Order: sequence, then C-alpha cells, then structure tokens
Amino acid sequence: MTLALSGVSRAFGGVRAVDEATFSVAAGEVHGLIGPNGAGKTTLLNLISGLLQPTAGTIELDGRRIDRLPPHRIAALGIARTYQNIRLFAGLSAADNVVVGQHLRRHAPFWRRLLLLPAARREEQAAREAAEAGLARVGLRERARLQAFSLSYGEQRRVEIARALASQPRLLLLDEPTAGMNPGEAAQVGRLVREVAQEGRAVLLIEHNVRLVMELCDRITVLNFGKVIARGTPAEIGKDPAVVAAYLGDGP
Amino acid sequence: MSDLFLAYQALFAFVGINGLLALSVYATLSCGQLSLANAGFMAVGAYTAALITLHAPFVPFVFVLAAAALLPALVAVPLGLPVLRLRGVFLAIATIGFGEVVRLFFVNWDFTNGALGLVAIPQRTGLFTIAAALAVALFVLGRLWRSRAGYALEAIREDETAARTMGIRTTAYKLAMLSLGAALAGLAGGLEAHYTFMVAPGGYGFGRVVEMLVQAVVGGTAAFYGPVVGAAFLTVLPEVLREVGARLGLAPGPFRLFLNGAILLAVILYLPNGLVSLPARLRRKVLS
Repeated sequence: MTLALSGVSRAFGGVRAVDEATFSVAAGEVHGLIGPNGAGKTTLLNLISGLLQPTAGTIELDGRRIDRLPPHRIAALGIARTYQNIRLFAGLSAADNVVVGQHLRRHAPFWRRLLLLPAARREEQAAREAAEAGLARVGLRERARLQAFSLSYGEQRRVEIARALASQPRLLLLDEPTAGMNPGEAAQVGRLVREVAQEGRAVLLIEHNVRLVMELCDRITVLNFGKVIARGTPAEIGKDPAVVAAYLGDGP
Repeated sequence: MSDLFLAYQALFAFVGINGLLALSVYATLSCGQLSLANAGFMAVGAYTAALITLHAPFVPFVFVLAAAALLPALVAVPLGLPVLRLRGVFLAIATIGFGEVVRLFFVNWDFTNGALGLVAIPQRTGLFTIAAALAVALFVLGRLWRSRAGYALEAIREDETAARTMGIRTTAYKLAMLSLGAALAGLAGGLEAHYTFMVAPGGYGFGRVVEMLVQAVVGGTAAFYGPVVGAAFLTVLPEVLREVGARLGLAPGPFRLFLNGAILLAVILYLPNGLVSLPARLRRKVLS
C-alpha cells in the first residue's frame, strides 16, 4: 500500500489551505503530520478521505487516482479515519458504533434476515462479538453498552479509533487522537498505533503532542501555511531550522 | 366483545390504514430525512388501484395492491435523485411541492373526473386484508432494524458525513427508504380506495401528510412499531372522547376538539420520544 500526494493544493476563495503538498505514506509506517494551528493538516485529511476535492494535484493509492472519488468509494479502497472534533453516532452505543464501522466487511444479504435464517443470526452474533473485541482492544470492554455521548472525551476518541479499525483499513488517518487525554491514555493510544502499523497498515497521524510524535513516528511531514516545509525522520525534523522557526518564530 | 368489534370495524380498518401511512413517513425519518411527499405517493397508489379495478375488474386484488405500491415506489426514484441532495427544511418544502403537483394533476385530469374524483369503486378490502398488509410492513421494517442496512440508516441519521467515510452509500440508502415509504403510502392509498368506495384529490392534500407525520412522531420514531402505536392512539382518541363526552353530557363540538388537541399537546410536551418511550419512563420513575 502506498499513498502518494503530488502537488496537492486546495484553495478556499483566496486562501490556499493546502499549497502544493507532496509526500507519500507506505504500508507499515507511522507517518506524522505536524504543523502550527491552521497549517492545513485537517484539510489535507479531508482531501485524502474525499470529503473535499483538491483544486490541483493528484492523490494516488497504489498508483490509482482517488482524488475525484466520493468518500464511500475511498473508504471501500481501505482508507478509514477519525475526526478532530469527534463524529461518533451519539445516540448509538459504543458497540453499535463499532458495528457500523464493519459496514464494508459485512456481506450477508438482507433476504437471509428476512427469511429468519439462522445464518443471519450467526453473522450478527459474529459482528457483535467482533465489535466487543474491537472495544476491548482500545480498553473499553466495560463501556460497550453505554451510549456514545455519555462517554468521556478520551473514551469517545478511543471508540472512534475502534470504529475506524473495524473496517480493517490499509490506511488509517488519525486527526489528533490523543487530544483531551491524560498521559496514561495517550501512551495507550501510542502503543495501539504502533501495533496497527506492525500489522502492515499505514497510519497518517496528526498530533500536537510533540513527545508522542517523536517517539511514535517513522517519518514526519511538517506543514506551515499549507506548504510542506520539512520531511524526514523525527531526529532530522527536531533540528531542522525551518521547523524550529515555524514553531518558535525566527530568532534575531 | 364481538358486538364491540363489529360496531367499530371501520375504526379498526382506519387504524390499520393510518398505521401504514405513519410507517411510510417513518421510513424516511429513520435515516433522518423529513420527506412530506407521502400524501402524493398515496394519491398515486389510490388512483392506480382504483383505475385498475374500474377498468379491469378481472385483475386479482393482490396484483391491484402490488401495482398501487410499485408505481409510487418507481415515481420516488426520479423525484429522490434531485431532492435528496437537499437537507432539513429544504427537503420538506421540495417534497410538499411534489405532493401539491400530484394533487393538482388529479384535479385537472378529466379522465379521473377532476376534483370530483372516482366514485363507486367496489369494496374489495376487508379488515383482514388491511391487517395482513400492516403485518407485512411491520415485519419487513422489524427485520431491517439492527440489520447491516438498519445500522447504516441509523448512522446516516446520526452523522451523514461520518457515515460516508465508513463506506456507506448514503444516497442509495436514502433513495431506497424514500422508495419504500412511497410503496407503503401507495399501498395504504390502494387499500383505502377499496374500503371507502371513492378517491378524490381533496383527500390527499397537505393536511393528510401532516396527519401522518404527527401520528409517527406521537407514537415515537425510535422504534419501528412506534408510528403504528401513534396512528392507533390518534385514530381511536376522538372516538373515545365521543363516548366519554356523551356519558358526561358534553355537547359535541368545539370542546371535544379542544380536548383532543390538549391531549395531543400533552403527549408531545411530556413524551418527546413518543408514546413508546412511556414504559421506560415509568420504570425509571418507579425505580428512583
């Protein structure tokens, strides 16, 4: 699996939210996407998942252009995501949210259910069990039956990750997955992201927790004002003068 | 008991027909779409069924009803493709427009006697047919609930954007439910035409679809059987008030209508999730 962006731009009126971004993400890699607020990171994720179309440039998955496809087709190609502002199905239980996440993995036809066939019941049972296993993986086994809106902020973020993983994606897009979490929860999410990458999936991660990014990522792309200003390993990024300037301002 | 049943046979028939109509509105509400085209779909179904019976009386009634459901379902597809791009109040307005177009079409169509409508339709519907139709509709919607498709519908209702990025084909699902709702409304129209002997455009105006919507909401749309509970409640309520009013010596007229409205208002105010949420609420009251 390779996601390749080349010269991707997105303008909103006169504002170039993303400006000629070029980088790639490979299978088994945790790729960090960092930059100051308003740098265009979330816009970039919206472009990859098809919620927005680029005004220029191409996005390719395994050499196939995906930048004009609708979101559900992109999801079917194996890209799942979470949201910075959490978009759970608030009225559904945590487990049901994860069941919805399995949508692309379930193929049992409706007529089987209509005819009350036992195969349909078994398939549903399997889906529920898989959902509970998915929640256990993010440490929320005991919360499975609670409605999503009644969970804490950090718990909701983890349900979102479980929901995204339920589609068994090849590429997982995480938009600030540890925002609002305590250090213990954040470390747990960090370990989970590592595991996901070890399964051969690619992870593209927006994160403001600098220490977590430095520990977790194989490669980092830095955005500022929509432009890629640096690319490299965490060690290279840490001493890149352009990155230091973007975050701290130019020294005298 | 059997006397009561015979005396109120017509009432039970209308509970069934109104139940189907409330379910037809529920079909689109279940994926978060407020479509008010269903009086129009009902008219298409009613006229289709009545015309077949009047001009081809040899066609078995089952096929007549199938046609009454199928034609509106087909009409819903070209209507749905453009209007389902609209959301919330804009979808409601566009679909009200469709309902008015259908009504005015029949008002101006000489072949169906314009505003006077079709009369002397043979009565081919009984309580059994209506109950069977309602049972089939409830069964299908009940099997849909919590199925893969049912979960997709709930996801669309809760957050359409998130649903799309889970791989759910939101437009296809919304269109399918608009079409299913149209089929249920058309079926109810066909049944009613053969129960009341007549169809006329005046019966399928804006007021009719509001009635369906109120019944669905009063019953509750969180469960698939809620709309039928609401339809039963609101169809039976005026009859009960008539009996009770007569015993208490209340003159028929405005006061009874006022009482009807007051009860309706009380349900909406104190049971915002509908009548079906009453048992859970009572249980919580008792426990606390």
